[in-house]
Amino acid sequence: MADAERHPLFMPLILLGGLVFGFGLAYSHMARPEVVLDFLQFEDFGLVFVMFGGAAVTGVAYVLAPRLLDGPPLTRRRFERRLKSFDRNVLVGGAVFGVGWGLSGICPGAAYASLGVGNVTILWALAGMFVGAYVQGVFRSRSDAGDATTAGAD
Amino acid sequence: MIDPLPIQLLAEFFPNGVARYAIGGLLVGLGASIVYLGTGISAGASTFLESTLSYVSGRSRFQQYVSSRDWRVVFTGGIVAGAAVYSLTSGDALQYTTAVQPWRLFVGGVLVGVGTRVGKGCTSGHGICGVGSASRTSLVGVATFLLVAIGVAQVVAALGVSP
Repeated sequence: MADAERHPLFMPLILLGGLVFGFGLAYSHMARPEVVLDFLQFEDFGLVFVMFGGAAVTGVAYVLAPRLLDGPPLTRRRFERRLKSFDRNVLVGGAVFGVGWGLSGICPGAAYASLGVGNVTILWALAGMFVGAYVQGVFRSRSDAGDATTAGAD
Repeated sequence: MIDPLPIQLLAEFFPNGVARYAIGGLLVGLGASIVYLGTGISAGASTFLESTLSYVSGRSRFQQYVSSRDWRVVFTGGIVAGAAVYSLTSGDALQYTTAVQPWRLFVGGVLVGVGTRVGKGCTSGHGICGVGSASRTSLVGVATFLLVAIGVAQVVAALGVSP
């Protein structure tokens, strides 16, 4: 996606963003499944502040960036909102995600951060996520291949 | 005279206060905003799973992420390192381990892995960048997984599964 020739600061900036993102997850204690489970069991509503606090900041960025800048300085992309098409998958996938999240207290970003705070046990969750993403991907390629006449080589 | 009611509610619903959550959330949003302002990319955490699988699987489903897999690895490495920096500076020095049972983490992880791919995003893609974009799809996605997760966590707790 027009990333063939990248600005030398592209990767350093991605790394910086990841560092702040992960620091924030650990600071908010979202790296601890127990804290997420406490929220889901109505014992501590703090998670609301994490999600909407984060969304408020990105909201400002999404509104201001296209008005103040010609385009992203490090890529040839354009400033676009994160819009995904709505269909039944959003509900089905969201529900499956919700079952997993409610059972474990873990979501992808928080799981990476949990590893960063020394939580080796979280590798169970990370392994599960890779298994889940792989199984879904294989299933999806099969159904795609079934639909298309020119099936891609395995 | 300070009205005692708000303080009481604060203590009841926020036993650990709100500062850690609010400040942490603002930083999470700042991290995503740094990436967005510099590159125009709406960073999410879950696509890393599929993009990283492209290193070991030739399936077309994963190969579509070849062009973005390197920066996704860097972003995820940043998340791990950023959390480590917090842990090292806050005093617990990488000592935290969850008490939640491994089977819950693994089974939950599998479902999260499937669900986030089918549902087009996770708590950061939909919850942080999507809601920040005022995307209706993301708002519906967040409402769906939030409500289901609350129901499941309540049932699991009611069944006496702890931790």
